[in-house]
Amino acid sequence: MEKGLTKVDLIFEKTDPKEVLTRAFNMKREDIIRDVLESGLKGRGGAGFPTGLKWKYTAAEKEPVKYVVCNADEGEPGTFKDREILDKVAYKVYSGMAIAGKAIGAKNGIVYLRGEYRFLLPKLMQELESFHKLIKDIGYDFKINYCLGSGAYICGEESALFESIEGGRGEPRNKPPYPTSSGVFGKPTSINNVETLVTAMMIIKHGPESYSQLGTKDSRGSKVFSVSGDTPKPGIYELELGMSVQEFVNEFGDGDTKAVQVGGASGFCVPRKKFPYTVIGFEGVPTGGSMKLFNSSRSMYNVLRNYLEFFAEESCGQCTPCRVGCQQLLKGVEKVKKGEVKSTYLNELVKLADTMKVASKCGLGQSVGNAFRTIVENFREEIIY
Amino acid sequence: MYQVGNLVRELSDKHGRARESLMPILQGIVEKHNYLTDEAMVEVARELDISAAEVYGTASFYTFLDTQVRGKYVIRVCKTITCSMKGKNEIIQILEDMLKIKVGETTSDKMFSLIETNCIGWCHKAPAILINEIPYTELTPEKVVEIIKGYMHKK
Repeated sequence: MEKGLTKVDLIFEKTDPKEVLTRAFNMKREDIIRDVLESGLKGRGGAGFPTGLKWKYTAAEKEPVKYVVCNADEGEPGTFKDREILDKVAYKVYSGMAIAGKAIGAKNGIVYLRGEYRFLLPKLMQELESFHKLIKDIGYDFKINYCLGSGAYICGEESALFESIEGGRGEPRNKPPYPTSSGVFGKPTSINNVETLVTAMMIIKHGPESYSQLGTKDSRGSKVFSVSGDTPKPGIYELELGMSVQEFVNEFGDGDTKAVQVGGASGFCVPRKKFPYTVIGFEGVPTGGSMKLFNSSRSMYNVLRNYLEFFAEESCGQCTPCRVGCQQLLKGVEKVKKGEVKSTYLNELVKLADTMKVASKCGLGQSVGNAFRTIVENFREEIIY
Repeated sequence: MYQVGNLVRELSDKHGRARESLMPILQGIVEKHNYLTDEAMVEVARELDISAAEVYGTASFYTFLDTQVRGKYVIRVCKTITCSMKGKNEIIQILEDMLKIKVGETTSDKMFSLIETNCIGWCHKAPAILINEIPYTELTPEKVVEIIKGYMHKK
């Protein structure tokens, strides 16, 4: 399972969309789904649901109207790869959507772009126009529209995103029903991350075998990482999955890295002593791409406080565990820091974070505890003193 | 305050009058006038034939659909961890000094609003801000002075 740090060029590789699309449109639906399933591709937004399964479930629905939704509401702190992908290779995103459409039997696609990226829209629309011409030439019927967000992290949650497209408050829905049977406008919907769609296109181009040779058993393929924080080379890197945090730090650290936050504010904090045996991927610490490095000059209390402030503001407020929990965690660590309560109060706060994990309605409240627990456990003295 | 005039009707003609047209219509008003007045929201409700409470409910959920007075140029300073580590406070300081307002305020000539925002996706080029929809990255206090002077001359 020992994998080094290998750079890959798949997502940004120059590709003739006509060739790949023609091939996909001449394939049977079930063959496209089989290829994506066999590749082992898991969703690249962070949650990691197998893409092929999502397509298979949506394809199985009898409803005549279905949708492909591209989730471009990239809001996780420390993630910026989807912006780069849309900026550089939007035609590959559109191609991935059309292929997904063919696979599940949908004629309509919607890109939900976060409001913070509105400056990209004129260029993206232009490229979309050329794309629509291209698929018309090939003789395939698929139309993509854009929906813009307006500054709400929670809309990256799939059902909140649907609510937003439909003109409502971005409040997550109860599940089930899952999007594959009832998504946007109540229709079967395959909602995929920007990078996932491009990867799916490249799997059709290169075949599932060559893709599944990359990575490990649990984390197939490669991934685009957004690297920031205390690093001499912040930026976007496409790397093979399966490396350890140590190998990552050897490449990107500044020589004094004390912790890496993998997966953003909703992800996990890995301290120096755990670098060598922590794998970046679904068998270790999963990530939608966000990798933040902190060196020994940083206070992990400030990091934790910043994350909690973020969640307290971005919680949609619909369910009590998340709405009240985020506020109380924030107030709680502030009290501990000021010495207003005993340091053992932290144990109570960890219990609260654990409760939020089981009691919250959606992924936001459920994942606040990831960063909270891993930072408090590994840097307890920095939180207290 | 502004007069919303024919804008709501024009936007409704463009985007349609179904419920899902609500966001693009509100975004269109904010793009032109920087924030939503009560009158504008009531007008949207009338045009789409839904209750004003539903329009306000949607608008108030989204941080970019402001329901309080904003200036012509809304400056959003990212305060999430990387920008915070890489000098966000100096950026706020110089903006407050130049504009003579505090975070959350709007200049009396209604040209600039200064607010903080959560991660805008430029962590590798921190610190970063948005002025309306345009991002400015890898900022220093000197660069901020140049940028804001540019906007002041645009008046």
